[in-house]
Amino acid sequence: MKNDLISWHRVAALTRRYAYIYSRNGFRILDIAFWPIMDLLVWGWVSSYLLTREHELPQMVTFLIGAIILFNILYRAQQGITVSFLEDIWSRNLLNIFAAPVRASEFVASTYLVGLAQALVVLCVMATVAWLMYGFALTSVGWCLIPLFLNLLVMGWWLGLFTTALILRFGNQAEALAWAVPFLVQPLSAVFYPVSVLPPFIQPLSFALPSAHVFEGMRMILQKQAFPEEHLLYAAGLNLFYMIGAAFFFAHMFKQARKRGLLSKLVC
Amino acid sequence: MSEPAVEVQNVKKNFGEFTAVADVSFSVPHGQIIGLLGANGAGKTTLIQMLLGLLSPTSGRINILGMDPEHQRVSILQKANFSSAYVSLPYNLKVYENLDIFAGLYGVKKRREKIEGLLEMFGVLHLKDRMTGRLSSGESTRVNLCKALLNDPEVLFLDEPTASLDPDIADKVRKLLAQYRQNNKTTIIYTSHNMRDVEELCDRILFVHGGKIIADGQAHEVLSRFEQSSLEQLFIKIARDGDVSMLAGESRNEE
Repeated sequence: MKNDLISWHRVAALTRRYAYIYSRNGFRILDIAFWPIMDLLVWGWVSSYLLTREHELPQMVTFLIGAIILFNILYRAQQGITVSFLEDIWSRNLLNIFAAPVRASEFVASTYLVGLAQALVVLCVMATVAWLMYGFALTSVGWCLIPLFLNLLVMGWWLGLFTTALILRFGNQAEALAWAVPFLVQPLSAVFYPVSVLPPFIQPLSFALPSAHVFEGMRMILQKQAFPEEHLLYAAGLNLFYMIGAAFFFAHMFKQARKRGLLSKLVC
Repeated sequence: MSEPAVEVQNVKKNFGEFTAVADVSFSVPHGQIIGLLGANGAGKTTLIQMLLGLLSPTSGRINILGMDPEHQRVSILQKANFSSAYVSLPYNLKVYENLDIFAGLYGVKKRREKIEGLLEMFGVLHLKDRMTGRLSSGESTRVNLCKALLNDPEVLFLDEPTASLDPDIADKVRKLLAQYRQNNKTTIIYTSHNMRDVEELCDRILFVHGGKIIADGQAHEVLSRFEQSSLEQLFIKIARDGDVSMLAGESRNEE
C-alpha cells in the first residue's frame, strides 16, 4: 500500500540538500564542532580545578563533563531542525520547497535526520576531546548511553519542531528562539546539578521534562553504576507525549500559516 | 478537452478586514497561456499562492487538473511547477546540486540527463558547477526556470519571471517559454509587470484590480473595451484612476 504520510525519496532529496550545504561550507562544520568544544574546554577546566578538591566534591568532575556532552546532544538535535528551517527562510527557498510536492511531514523528517547526524557528530567529537584532554571515557556510562542519547535526541526533535512552529507563526521576529529555547529548558533540566537542588515548588516542573530524568539517570549511572530504569521510562513516556503534542502544534501552525499567508511573509 | 486545466469559482481571500481577492472566477483550458495583470497589491500573487495550495481561500472553489489544492496539494504539485523572481534557490549550493535536489523531490527519472538538457535549452549549461549565489539575475532566472520545468509540468505558474532582466535576456526567456509551450502543450499562468511579456506570450489576459477581475479576454479585446492603444497605457490608467472600477464593472457586465 502506498504510504500517504511520507515519500522517502523526497525525504532523501531534502536530506541530500543539507549534506551538500554542510559539505560545502567549512564554517558550518566548524560551527557544529566549535561551540561544543568551547563548552567542553570551559567546563572541563572548571572540573579539573574541582578535581584538586575531589575529596570535597566526589564525582563532580565526571558529572560535569558527562552533562556537558549530553546537553549538547539535545542542543544539536534541536538546532538541526530549527536552523535547517531558517536556512530555507534566509535563502528565500521556502516557497520553492512548499510549492514542490513536499508534505510538511517529509520536510520535518529530513530535518530530524539532520538533527540526528549533528547529534552523532557532536557526541563523537566531544567524547574524543573529553578522553584526550581529561581522560574522561564516555564509554564508562556503558550501554546506558544509548537510551540517554535517544531520549535527548527525541527531546531535541520535539523542541525543534515546537520552535519551528513558533517561527512559522510569529515570523522572523521569533528567529532568536532557535538558539534560546534549549537554554530556556536548561535550568529546569538539572544538567549540572541534581533536581533536589532546585526549590521544592520547581521540582515537579523539572520532572515534567524528559531531560531532567536523563541527567538524573546519568548521575545515578556515574555514581552507583546502577541502571536508572525508572528515570528512563519516565523520560521516554514524556518524550512520546511531548512529541505528539509538538506534531499537533506544528500541524496547527502550518494550517494557520496557509490561512494567513505566513509562508510567503517569511520569505519576502 | 472537456475539463479546464485550472478552474476558479467565486474564490475570495480575506486577511482580517482586508479583502485581497474578492469573488474571482475564471477557467483556463489546457495548453493556454494566461496573463494575470495588475498593479502591486492587486491580488495576483495571492491568487497564485492559492492555486499552488500555499494559501487557503476564505471561500470558493479551486480545481487544478481535476483536483482540489486544499486536499490534494501534493498530487497537484507533482504535475505543476512554479517560478518567481522573488523566490531563490539556495545560494550556497551549486546550480546542479540545487536542480538535483528538486529533481529528487519531483521523482524525476534520469536526473542528470534531464537537468543538463534543461540547462542547455536555457543556455546555462556552462554554469552547472557554479555556486547559485554567484549567478547574475539573468542566469538565476534561467536556472529557476530550469527548476520549474524539471517535472514536465502540465500547469506552470510563473510569478514575474522576467522581473529585473535586461530586454535581451527577457526576450530570450519569452521565446524559450513560447517554444516550450508549443512543444509540451503546457498550461501557463503568468504574472508580469512587463507588458511586452504579456503581449508576446499570453493567449488571454486577466486584469486584476482591487482583488477583482475587471477584464478577461485577448489583448486586443481588452484594449478595445477600455479604449486604450496599449496594455501599458491601460495598466497605468487602471493603476491611477479609481473610477476605472466602474468602467470595469460595465465591461464585466457586457461579457
